[in-house]
Amino acid sequence: MTLEQVIFILVSFLTLGTGIVVVTNRNLFHAALAMMASFLGVAGLYILLDAGFLAAAQLLVYIGAISILIIFAIMLTRRMMQAREASFNSQSGLGLFTAVATFALLAAVIGQFWWGVDAFNGRPDVPDTVLQNTVSSLGKAFVSPEAYVVPFIVASVLLLAALIGAIYVAWPTVHAEDEA
Amino acid sequence: MIPLSWYLLVAALLFSIGLYGVMARRNAVAILMSVELMLNAVNINLIAFWRYGSVLSPATDTPTTGWAWAIFVLTVAAAEAAVGLALIISVYRRRDSVIAEELDLLKN
Repeated sequence: MTLEQVIFILVSFLTLGTGIVVVTNRNLFHAALAMMASFLGVAGLYILLDAGFLAAAQLLVYIGAISILIIFAIMLTRRMMQAREASFNSQSGLGLFTAVATFALLAAVIGQFWWGVDAFNGRPDVPDTVLQNTVSSLGKAFVSPEAYVVPFIVASVLLLAALIGAIYVAWPTVHAEDEA
Repeated sequence: MIPLSWYLLVAALLFSIGLYGVMARRNAVAILMSVELMLNAVNINLIAFWRYGSVLSPATDTPTTGWAWAIFVLTVAAAEAAVGLALIISVYRRRDSVIAEELDLLKN
C-alpha cells in the first residue's frame, strides 16, 4: 500500500466519519462543527485529485461561508442548542433502509463498470503544464460564448436573486403586516 | 495508485449518509446540512471523473467540464443555503419551531 493510498484512506475516514456525526449527533452545534471537518476532508480529496483551486474554493465557500451561515441559523433559533427533543422522526428506519438501498445500488453500478478496470486503476499521467493551465482555461471557458458564458451569467443572476430573496424572506416587518 | 472506484465509493457513501440525514432528521437546519453533504458527494464524483477521464480525451485540450460543473454546484449550494436559512428564520419567527414535522401551514 502506497503512501498516497494511506492518505486517501485517512482523508476518506475523516470525511465519512464526521459525515455520520453530522446526521446522528443530537447537538446541532456539534453536528455543524463535524460538517466543517467533513468539508475539510472533501477538500483533501480534491487535492488528491489535482484540483487545488477547487480545494481552495471549497475552503472559502463551504467552510468559510456556508458553515458560518448554518451556525448563525443554529444560534438564532432557540431550543436548538440543547438536545432535549428526539432528533429523528418516526420514519428514520425507512430512511436508513432507503439510504442503504441507494448505496447498494450505487455500489453495484460502480462494481459493474469501474471496479478493477485497468484504465481507471490510477490517475492518468497528464503533463504538469496541462494541470497548471486548468485554472486559466477554466476562466477562459467561463467567458467564452462557445463554452459557459450563458450558465455563468445565469449563475450570477441566481446568486443575486437568492441574495435579494433571502433578505426579503427574513425581513421582520414584512410578516408582521401579514399577521396583523 | 488510487483506482477511480475508490473515489466513487467514498462519494456514494457520503451521498447515502446525507440521504439518511435528509429523510430521518426532524430539525430543518439538520436537513439542510445533510443536503450540503449530498452536494459535496456529487462534486467528488465530478472531479474524480474529470481527473480520470483524461484517459479518454486527449490531454492537449484541457477538459474543464468537470471543474465548471463543480463550480456551478458550489454556486447553487451557496444560493440554496442562503435562501434555506432565510426561510428557516422566517418560519421560526411565525411558528417558534424549526421541526419539519410541525410545519403544516399548508395542510388545512
